[in-house]
Amino acid sequence: MHLGVSESMRECEYSQISTRSSTPMETPYKKKTPKRRKWESFPGRNKFYCDGRIMMAKQTGVFYLTLVLILATCGLFFTFDCPFLALQLTPIIPVIGGVLFLFVLGSLLRTSFSDPGVLPRATPDEAADLERQIDVANGSTGYRPPPRTKEVVINGQTVKLKYCFTCKIFRPPRASHCSLCDNCVERFDHHCPWVGNCVGRRNYRFFYMFILSLSFLTIFIFAFVITHIILRSHHSGFLNALKDSPVVVCFFSVWSIVGLSGFHTYLISSNQTTNEDIKGSWSSKRGKDNYNPYSYGNIFTNCCAALCGPLPPSLIDRRGFIQSDAPQMAPPTNGITMYGATQSQQSHMCDQDQCIQSTKFVLQAATTPLLQQQTSDGRTALSLGGPCTSLPLGQPTPPTSTPSLSCHEVVDMLPIHTHTHNPMAHHHFLTPEEVPSPPGMLPCGSPMGHSPTVQAGFYNPASQDSLHEDSVRGLVKLSSV
Amino acid sequence: MRPQAAIASKVFIQRDYTSGTMCQFQTKLPSELEARIDKQQFEETVRTLNNLYAEAEKLGSQSFIEGCLACLTAYTVFLCMETHYEKVLKKIAKFIQEQNDKIYAPRGLLLTDPIERGLRVIEVTIFEDRSLTR
Repeated sequence: MHLGVSESMRECEYSQISTRSSTPMETPYKKKTPKRRKWESFPGRNKFYCDGRIMMAKQTGVFYLTLVLILATCGLFFTFDCPFLALQLTPIIPVIGGVLFLFVLGSLLRTSFSDPGVLPRATPDEAADLERQIDVANGSTGYRPPPRTKEVVINGQTVKLKYCFTCKIFRPPRASHCSLCDNCVERFDHHCPWVGNCVGRRNYRFFYMFILSLSFLTIFIFAFVITHIILRSHHSGFLNALKDSPVVVCFFSVWSIVGLSGFHTYLISSNQTTNEDIKGSWSSKRGKDNYNPYSYGNIFTNCCAALCGPLPPSLIDRRGFIQSDAPQMAPPTNGITMYGATQSQQSHMCDQDQCIQSTKFVLQAATTPLLQQQTSDGRTALSLGGPCTSLPLGQPTPPTSTPSLSCHEVVDMLPIHTHTHNPMAHHHFLTPEEVPSPPGMLPCGSPMGHSPTVQAGFYNPASQDSLHEDSVRGLVKLSSV
Repeated sequence: MRPQAAIASKVFIQRDYTSGTMCQFQTKLPSELEARIDKQQFEETVRTLNNLYAEAEKLGSQSFIEGCLACLTAYTVFLCMETHYEKVLKKIAKFIQEQNDKIYAPRGLLLTDPIERGLRVIEVTIFEDRSLTR
């Protein structure tokens, strides 16, 4: 009966949804590999510390310089000026200085160590789906498709959303790809070498607090150092007094920091990013009707939104564990268990095999363009390719890995929280048995497990281009064994 | 052993940027799902999700107070307290679980929480319709 069928199907679903990673079959395999955290295989060029809690850019030299400058200046101030001033004027001066110093340090560390709002890269499924949509829209004209943009109207202004080739997503408005960190960052302001990180949606307020408090601190120190010199020069000479004070550093930093604070205050009040301001995106010079669609209209609301708005959580789950789904799949059905008890180990070897085989087929396919055949196995052959062909797809793999490992790791890395890849993975094992048709391996460009009707005669030169590139990459990786 | 339902395909509901950078998803039912689920039902789900995300990102007095308090305590208050956004995300996760259990799983569909996809898409996994093969 229909009811019975849907119920049993529901049972299927429930067994997958609720009992995901707790079947006894999986635990023996799990014990063999230590659980890795997601930050360890993060595709961007970031450095992580404290087991993923701290995230910084690759080049941190200037950040240490900033720290040294602040510590040195404040150190000198507290050592040489404060005792004199506390005695001569009031002891509140070092107290206020201390509070300001701590605030500056706190906001600096907060800016430098937090995730600026990095957008995680698209999963292979998503990327394939987007590619498909773009190709359908373009009508596959020409060898190289035009740069991909989407237009959207926001508050009456037409905004162009660009496609990021690295992250394989359409960037949300105001997001930008930082070439230094190799990440797309939401509400990208700029990459600040002084704090050793990008400044984006999640840490802009800390950055602003940092430069604001630093301006106050430098003005404070500068003012009291001058006071100290003046007071001392009553006793001894002017030059004598001068050599005891950190005046020079203060003098230059005052103007630059205060200037920067002023600039960012202006940006906040008009709800713009440095990026937008430099490009003149919302400048009236571009056109009479050009205005900022993100501005709330009044300065107060803009400031509130930037500084006191809700703090979104990090979208990249740095400290989560990588769900290594494919090797841990539930026992395959239909007696495809040809690997017996040591399935887990064999699956690892099988992965390597698959990788080599699939790359071979990919190369063959790339050199001899064939239209896809409508085989009954087409679908399964398609779906099996999934995790493996994502290796040549250039999904970021750690640079030092060998192909077998990298295939394994790519499989690990597919951010598959759902169990959906389990059935896919058992299709994986069909490859050595059924001869997969080379065109079936083509789906670098087409999505995994797509219904046969879609790929009918669907051979896109554009996908062949990326296929070529990817297969070469795969070959290079293989040859590094 | 229970037979595993095979994945037929995945559909991705993209973001709707017409109201700016706020997290909203497109409510239009994709063609691949037309056969599986009622249009109204689907739109209702996405609309509720959109409302929840709007609530999370709202610039209300609560978020303002939270922001000021956080600033004054040098953001150490978040060591003990959850942010408003995180609280709403938990609500969203529960809502999606509920929807999956009640509406989508019986139809062979599965919604993935957008936070697991970086708030870029709502991933809908379509499972094979076993009713035909039985």
